[in-house]
Amino acid sequence: MNRARLAALTRSPQFWPLAVLAALLAVNGLFNPGFFSLAWRDGHLYGALVDILNRAAPLMAVALGMTVVIATRGIDVSVGATVAIAAAVAATLIGGSLVIQDGQQTYVTRTSMPIALLAALGVAALCGLWNGVLVAVVGIQPIIATLILMVAGRGIAQLVTNGQIITIYYKPYFFIGNGYLLGLPFALWLVGALLALMAWLKHLTALGLFIQASGANPAAARLAGIDARTLIVAAYAFCGVTAGLAGLMISSNVKSADGNNAGLLLELDAILAVTLGGTALSGGRFSLRGSVLGALIIQTLTTSIYSLGVPPEVNLVVKAVVVFAVCLVQSPQVRALLTGRRLAAGG
Amino acid sequence: MCARRSRAHAFFTDDPRPVTSDTAPALLELHGLHKAFTGVAALVDARLSLRAGEIHALMGQNGAGKSTLIKVLTGVYPPDAGTMRLAGQPIRPGSPQQAQALGISTVYQEVNLCPNLSVAENIAAGRMPRRWGWIDWRAVQRSARSALERLRLDIDPGRTLGECPVAVQQMVAIARAVSLDARVLVLDEPTSSLDETETARLFEVMRTLRDAGVAILFVTHFLDQAYAMADRLTVMRNGRTVGEHRCADLPRLALVEQMVGRSLDAGDLAARRAAASHPVPLLAARGLGRRGSVEPMDLDVRGGEVLGLAGLLGSGRTETARLLFGADRADHGTVTLDGRPLVLHSPRDALRAGLAFCPEERKTDGIVAELSVRENILLALQARRGVFDHLGAAEQQALAQRFITLLGIKTADAGMPIGQLSGGNQQKAILARWLATEPRLLILDEPTRGIDVAAKQEIMDQVLKLCDAGLAIVFISSELGEVLRTSQRVVVLRERRKVAELGLHEGHDALDEQRVLRIIAGADAPAPARAGAAA
Repeated sequence: MNRARLAALTRSPQFWPLAVLAALLAVNGLFNPGFFSLAWRDGHLYGALVDILNRAAPLMAVALGMTVVIATRGIDVSVGATVAIAAAVAATLIGGSLVIQDGQQTYVTRTSMPIALLAALGVAALCGLWNGVLVAVVGIQPIIATLILMVAGRGIAQLVTNGQIITIYYKPYFFIGNGYLLGLPFALWLVGALLALMAWLKHLTALGLFIQASGANPAAARLAGIDARTLIVAAYAFCGVTAGLAGLMISSNVKSADGNNAGLLLELDAILAVTLGGTALSGGRFSLRGSVLGALIIQTLTTSIYSLGVPPEVNLVVKAVVVFAVCLVQSPQVRALLTGRRLAAGG
Repeated sequence: MCARRSRAHAFFTDDPRPVTSDTAPALLELHGLHKAFTGVAALVDARLSLRAGEIHALMGQNGAGKSTLIKVLTGVYPPDAGTMRLAGQPIRPGSPQQAQALGISTVYQEVNLCPNLSVAENIAAGRMPRRWGWIDWRAVQRSARSALERLRLDIDPGRTLGECPVAVQQMVAIARAVSLDARVLVLDEPTSSLDETETARLFEVMRTLRDAGVAILFVTHFLDQAYAMADRLTVMRNGRTVGEHRCADLPRLALVEQMVGRSLDAGDLAARRAAASHPVPLLAARGLGRRGSVEPMDLDVRGGEVLGLAGLLGSGRTETARLLFGADRADHGTVTLDGRPLVLHSPRDALRAGLAFCPEERKTDGIVAELSVRENILLALQARRGVFDHLGAAEQQALAQRFITLLGIKTADAGMPIGQLSGGNQQKAILARWLATEPRLLILDEPTRGIDVAAKQEIMDQVLKLCDAGLAIVFISSELGEVLRTSQRVVVLRERRKVAELGLHEGHDALDEQRVLRIIAGADAPAPARAGAAA
C-alpha cells in the first residue's frame, strides 16, 4: 500500500466522518441483507438508504445553518424552538379543511400556501435576527443569548397554536415533507439546493473568507476592515431560516404542528452533527460537507438502532458510544496514534 | 561564591556609571539567567540584585525581557541557565505557589483576585484559618484587618472586592501578597490603571513596606515614578541587563539612552534626508485625541515622507496610530485627507479611504493563524472590494505569489497556514496584506519587533522604497535609532501627549539623537528648531 497516499487521505478533514458512516452502513448491511437494495416503484426510489436520507433532511438543514453560526465563534441553542415556531405559524395559517363543493372534494386553506410558507420562514428569520442582535450588538454570550429564545420559543409556538396540536388538512402542503420529485424525496432536493446555495456563497463570494477570518481572529479581521457585526447578525438570521425550513419539512411530514415537541432537542443533534463533521466549536474554518456527513451519521445511527432491534433502553447509550468514538478519532493526538499504528502494521 | 562573583561583575559593558561597591548585602540575587522560547532568546545573561528595605525599579522597553525575568523569578518559567539566591540560599521555584512559600509575592498589572468575594476572603483565599475542620470566619476577618492595618489602609474587610475602586483592589492585592510574609514583593506596572491620587496612596503603602524591610521590585515605564520612588534601578534591553544604578547617580538622559540603545551609525541618514516630501499634507489631524488614551494633538503626514513617532513605552505611540486608523474612535478633533474631512468610525472607514495599519501585536491583531498565507494576504483587499466582488482563484494565487516573491516570504506554498511561518515571514505577509490594497498612507507599529535582523532590514528597505514612490508612512519603533534613520520628521510623545515635532527641514542635525533623547526623557524643554540649526 502507498503509505504517503494513505497518510494524506487520513489527514483530510472528512476522512474520519466518512469512515464512520461507511462502517455504520456496513454493520447495517451485515445484519440486514436488504439494506442496500433500492427499488423503483410508482416512479419513486425506495430503500433503507433513501429513507435515511429523507429522515435526515431536517437535521441536515439545521446543521448547515448551525455551521455558519459556529464558524463565527457562536452557537445557537434555539433552533429547536425556532422549528416549533415556524411549524406553528405555517400550520395555523394553512389549517385547511376538506370541503365538498358541487359534489367534489376540495382542500381549502385559511391563507394561500405561498404566503403561509413565506410567513413561516420570515418569522424564523426574525427569530435568528433577534439572536444575532443579542450576540453582536448587545454583546451577550451566544449560548446565553440563544438560550432566551430556546426557552421562550416553545411558549411562543404554543401561543400561536393556542396550546393545541394543530392538524393540517391541506394536501399540497404535504408535498414538502412527503412528496417526491424525479424519484427522490422533495425534502432532499430542498437540502441539496440549500447546500448548493451555501457552497456558492462560501466559495464564489468572499463570505466564506470573511466568516472564517472573523471567527478565527476577530481582532485581526476587524483591523483588516471586515464588518464582523453585520456578518454575525446575518449568520444567526440565516441559521433561523434553515431552522424554519426544517420546521416546514417536519410539520408537513407529520401533518401537524406540536408547539411542545416539534424539533425537540434538534439543536443538540445539529451541534453534534457540525462537530462530527470536523468544524471546531472555537470558530474559524468550517466544512459544509462535513456537517451534512455528521447529520447523516446521526440519522443512520438512529435508524440502524431501530432496525437492528436494539432495545430502546440502550438506544441512547449506543448513540453516545458511537459519538464518543467519532470525537476521539477527530482529536489530533488519537489520530496520530491510530494512523501511526496502522501504517506500522501495514508496512 | 556566586554572590561574590556577581559583585565583581558589577561593571557592565556600556554602563556609564557603575554601582560603586555598596556595603548592604543583597537579599535576592539573580545571576546569569538565560531563557529562550523555541529558539528566540528572551533573557540573555540577565541579572538583578535586590536588597531588603529598598525599592528597586526595573526599567526597559517593550520586549526588553522584564516580564520574562519576573516570570522566571516567580516560578512561572524555569530558567535555561543561571542561579537565583534568596538570602544566600540557592532557590529554584517551580511554580508561583512555591515562590510565595519562599517569600516572593507578585502583584500583577491586572488585579487577579476574585471580584465576587469579600476583601477579607480575597486576602485569606487558599489558606483559610480553620477550627475543627470548619473555616474560622472570625479569624479570617481578624487577619484581614491586621493585614490592612499593617499597610495603614482603611478598607472594610467585609466589602465585596468588585465594588471597590481599582486602586483599592490593587491595595488589597498588595495586602494579600504581604500577608503571605513576603520578603520580596514584585509590583508589575502597578500604577498603569491608577490616577494621581491613587498612585500617591500606593506609593505611601510602598514606603511603609520598604521601611518594614521588604525588598520591592517596582516595574514601571514611568520615569518620574521610578525616580520618585526607587533607591536603585536596573535597566534591561533585548533580554540583557544593561545597567544597575543608584537613581541619584543616573541622569534621566543616560537612563533613556540605556533603555532605547544607541543607534549604530548615522551614516545612512543623509541619503534619506535628501528626499523631498510633498509640501501639502496628505493627512492632517487637528486636535485628535481620546480621553484616557492620548491628549488632543495635531499631526500632518505628507506623501513620500516617513513620519516617525518616538517615545517610550506607554507614551501614546500605539494609541495615536489606532486613532489615525479608526481602530479606536477619537472623541476629539478632526482628520482631513487631501483637504476633505474624513470620518473614522472603524478600520473599515480607514481602509476605504486608502489607509493601512500593521498593528503592533502580530499574533493577536495581525495574522489569522489557521488561514493560508494567500488568504491572509488578500484579506484587506477583499474586505475593501466587498462580499460579492470576489477575487477569482487565479487572481488570488497571482496576487499572493507576487507578494511572496516581492517581499521574499519564505513559505512552502501560498496555501500553507500562516501560523506555521516564522515571525518575520508572518510580518512580511501582513505587510503584503496592506500593500495589496495599494494604500496612500501606511501606519507601521513596531513592524520589526521580534523578528530576525535580516528580515528586519528587508522590511525596512521595502518600506523606504515604497515611500520614495510617494507613499506616506507613519513609523513607530521602540528603537530610537531605527526611527531616526528612517524618518524625515519625528513627533516625540511623552506621557500621552505630543511634546515636540522635529524635522529635517530645520537643518540636517535637527534629528540629533542626543537632542531627541533629551526630549523623550523630558530632560529639557522641547527646544524649537533654532537649537538644531544653531549647532
